[in-house]
Amino acid sequence: MVVSVQIAPPDFDRVFPALADHTRRDILRRAISAEEGVLELARHYPMSFAAVQKHVAVLERAGLVTKQRIGRRKVVRTNLEALLVARRLLDQYEELWRARIDRMNQLIAEPAGAIDTVEATESKR
Amino acid sequence: MTVTAVRKDPQRLTLTVEAEFDASVERIWQLWADPRQLERWWGPPTYPATFTKYDLAPGSRVEYHMTGPSGEKYHGHFDVLEVERAHRLLLRDSCANADGTPRPTNTIRVGIAEVVAGRTRMSIEVMFSSTEAMEQALATGTDEGLRQAVSQIDAILTEETSPARRQPGP
Repeated sequence: MVVSVQIAPPDFDRVFPALADHTRRDILRRAISAEEGVLELARHYPMSFAAVQKHVAVLERAGLVTKQRIGRRKVVRTNLEALLVARRLLDQYEELWRARIDRMNQLIAEPAGAIDTVEATESKR
Repeated sequence: MTVTAVRKDPQRLTLTVEAEFDASVERIWQLWADPRQLERWWGPPTYPATFTKYDLAPGSRVEYHMTGPSGEKYHGHFDVLEVERAHRLLLRDSCANADGTPRPTNTIRVGIAEVVAGRTRMSIEVMFSSTEAMEQALATGTDEGLRQAVSQIDAILTEETSPARRQPGP
């Protein structure tokens, strides 16, 4: 399954702070199935309805959830796209550095004479 | 495996990679200090890097470009912020787009230390100013596309969450 492209882009400056809270991450997990409204979500947590409502608002501003009307109810739905984009950025940078370290390893495995070119010697201090 | 630890901190926009090498501290330092060695690992084989101006001293600017498969050039530079020879390096890396427009920067902190004689640990901390900066920094790399399988959601959400929490099915 692939996430729809139609969803509004996430607000990147808000995504990471919004994710940095256990309750909000749990709300995101529950809201993947988009079955519950704020009232139902609030029942899962030992905190006031207002506090949960506030967490949902933080997630909503970050573009991580949207509220969707289903019949007479309004359910909270996780925007998987936003989550995946945020995570993908760090993942790709990890790959970039892993590849660089692999190349470093190949380089140090070479006999010293092969690397010490004239130019390299010039640049040494 | 060379890479011994990877830490991602989405809140601080930081990626830390630690690696250990069977080589001396001086040898590992030369991977950074010698531009001819640096250009052999900085860019992927499809985007090899060429360093055109290189002086690893605080306040100086290192200039390089990466050449793409069809000859297009991506110009970049490091602003050298801190240098402690053979042990520490702090660089601000900026890479411009092919048309010369600047891209946001990321800061790279390098630490090199001896584990035991002949074995050296290198830690690299990459700090981004914003998610946008990260995204743009990635723009010249491999792009598999934004779409990913929803099954990855578990991996995203289970990091640092309490073990008692209910897990949704895949």
